[in-house]
Amino acid sequence: MGDLIEARKLTRFFDMGGNQRVHAVDKVSLTIGETEIVGLVGESGSGKSTFGKTLLGLHDKTDGEVIFRGESLPQKYRPADFQKLATKMQMIFQDPYSSLNPRMTVGEIIGEGLRLHFSLSPSDVKDQVVDWLEKVGLQADHMSRYPHEFSGGQRQRIGIARALILEPEFVVCDEPISALDVSVQAQVINLLGELKETMGLTLLFIAHDLSMVRYVSDRMAVMYLGSLVELGKADEVYFNPKHPYTEVLIGSNPEPDPNLEKGRASTSIQGEIPSPVNVPSGCRFANRCPKVLDVCREKTPELIPVKDEDRLVACHLVS
Amino acid sequence: MKAAEDNVDSGTPLLTVENLQVEFDTYGGTVQAVRGVSFSVDQGQTLAIVGESGCGKSVTVQSIMGLIPMPPGRITAGSARLRGHEILGRSTVGGKEIRGAEIGMIFQDPMTSLNPTMTIGDQIAEPLQIHRGYSARDAFTEAIRLLELSKIPEAEKRARQYPFEFSGGMLQRAMIAMALSCKPSILIADEPTTALDVTIQAQILDLMQELQKETGMAIILITHDLGVVARMADEVAVMYAGKVVEYGSADDVFYRSAHPYTVGLKEAMPTNDPARQHELKPIDGSPPDLFAPPAGCGYCPRCPHAMQICSDRQPQGHDLHGHHSASCWLHHAQSESRPETLFFKDAH
Repeated sequence: MGDLIEARKLTRFFDMGGNQRVHAVDKVSLTIGETEIVGLVGESGSGKSTFGKTLLGLHDKTDGEVIFRGESLPQKYRPADFQKLATKMQMIFQDPYSSLNPRMTVGEIIGEGLRLHFSLSPSDVKDQVVDWLEKVGLQADHMSRYPHEFSGGQRQRIGIARALILEPEFVVCDEPISALDVSVQAQVINLLGELKETMGLTLLFIAHDLSMVRYVSDRMAVMYLGSLVELGKADEVYFNPKHPYTEVLIGSNPEPDPNLEKGRASTSIQGEIPSPVNVPSGCRFANRCPKVLDVCREKTPELIPVKDEDRLVACHLVS
Repeated sequence: MKAAEDNVDSGTPLLTVENLQVEFDTYGGTVQAVRGVSFSVDQGQTLAIVGESGCGKSVTVQSIMGLIPMPPGRITAGSARLRGHEILGRSTVGGKEIRGAEIGMIFQDPMTSLNPTMTIGDQIAEPLQIHRGYSARDAFTEAIRLLELSKIPEAEKRARQYPFEFSGGMLQRAMIAMALSCKPSILIADEPTTALDVTIQAQILDLMQELQKETGMAIILITHDLGVVARMADEVAVMYAGKVVEYGSADDVFYRSAHPYTVGLKEAMPTNDPARQHELKPIDGSPPDLFAPPAGCGYCPRCPHAMQICSDRQPQGHDLHGHHSASCWLHHAQSESRPETLFFKDAH
C-alpha cells in the first residue's frame, strides 16, 4: 500500500488584525496510504476541519507542504489548480442543509462537477446522475426536485453523490454524520463503506463521535489546539491511549452500557480548550493535563514513535 | 414544610403524566406530535426520554412546562400531576408558580436561550425576584452563589458579563444555575449536552448528578444519545412517532430490550465493548408522517418482525416484569413470533 497524500508540517494561521493570529493548524504532519481511512478526532476548535480544508487547498497554506502521489501541490490554488484537482480530491460536508444550493435541483447539484470537468453531452451527464442517485439509495425521479424536499439523511446522500460522481481518489469527510439521527447515521456510514470498497477510496474521516471513528477508521489521529498529539491504529489508540489528552477524551465518551457507565470513575478534566490565539510555548495541553511536569511548560513535545509500537505520541511522559 | 408535604404524598410519584396527547395546526394540516404518552418520575430519580428527531420528546416536556404556544398547539387529552395536583393548562399549583419555581428547565442551545442584552447575573437573579420576592441586591448575591455552585470560576466577575463572553460549556452551567435558582423539585434538561464536546459534556453531566444528590430533585433528561442515557438514567422511556414504545429501568431497556425499535437503535450504533462487536445495522426507511398517523404501530414499516396485525391496529403496552413494558404486538399472548433479539416475559 503506497502513500496517497502526505501533509508535511502543514500550517494554517488566520490573521485577526493587530498582532493576533489564530494558530488553527500548526505543523501537522500526516501521511495517508492508498485506500486507507484515517479518523481525525478532537474537540471543537482543535483545527480538524481547517486541517481537512487546507489539505484540499480550500484554505491557502501558511506554511508546509501537501504531497499528492509524489507531487507537491501549490501553496495557493489558482482556478486551474482547482480545475485539475477537483477530479482527484473531494469533500463531504457536515451540514447537509447549508452545503447544497437551495436554488439548484438535485440533478444540477450532482451533475455540476461532470459538466465543469468533462466534455459530456447533457444526456450522458443525466445518465450518470441517475446512476449515482440509485447508488446512494435515492430514485431517478428525485433529479428534478430541490434540496428542501429531502430529509437530512437524504441530503447527505446527495452530498455524497455530488462528491463521488467525479470518482476522486481522496475524500475528506468533515463530520458527515453529526447532523443525523442514530438510525440514519448507520445508513450513511454503511453507504460510505460500500462505496469505499467498490471505488477504492481513501478517506480522511473527521468526526467527534469517538465510537464511530473507531468503528470506521484504520488509523486514528487525535488533534488538540492545532497540533497532532497521537496517531496509531484506531483500536489501539481507543483501547490503550498513550497521550493524557487522548485518555481524557476517550474517558469522557459515554458508552451505551449502564453497567460500564456506573462502574466508571469520572475522568473528566477541569477547564476548556484554550483560545488558539497566540498559544503559549511548551505543550499546549499542559495547563489542563492531569499529569503535567515542569518540562511540559517549557519545551514543546514532538510527535515521535513510541518504542516497539506502531504509534506516534507527542508527550514528554511517553518519550 | 416541604418535607411534610412530601410525607403526605409518599406513595404517589412526584410527577405523573398520563395519556398526554398534543397536536398542532399548521398550513399543511394537523400534526399529531404526541399521541398518548405516559410516564412518572420520583424524587431524586432521573428519567431519560430517548428518541430521534420528530418523535415528540421535546413537545412532551414543553406541554408539561406550559411552553406550547396555543394556538397553534392544542393539548387534546391527558393529564400531568405534580404531587397529585393537575398542572396541565395551569400556571400555579398550591400557590407556587410551576414554571421556574416548581419545574426548572435547561435547553439544548444555551446561546439562543439566554438574553444577549442582560448580564448573566441579572438573568439568574430575575426568577428570584419574580418567584421569591428577593430584592435586586439580594438576588444578585444569590446569583453569584448559584454560579459558584455550578462551578463557574471567578463567579463574581462572570456574573457581570454578557452571554457572548461565555463559552458553550460555561453558558450551560449558567443555565443550570438559573434553572435551579428557585430550588425546583424537577429539572427538565432538553438535550443539554448535544452542542458540547465530550469532555465538557462529561463535566456538565457530573455537575447535574452532583446537584441532584444535594437537592434531591428529579431530572427529566431528553436526549438521543444512548451513551448519555446509560450514564445518567434510572428510568428510560423510548419514544417513537409520538408514543412511548418501551419503558423501564435503564437495565431493563439496555439489557432486556423488548421493543424492536430499541434493539434497532442499539444495533445502529457501534459499541466499544470487545465482546459485543457487530456490524452497523441501519434502520431502513424513515418515521411515519404524523399529519396522517398510521392506523397500526408507527414502527411497523421499518420493523423486521412486522406481522399483519401491526399495520392494522395499535399495539397496547404489555407489562413484562416490574414496571418494564413494551408496546408491541409481539408481546401479545397470541403472537407466535418470538424473535431471539428481543426480551420476552416468559424468558426469565
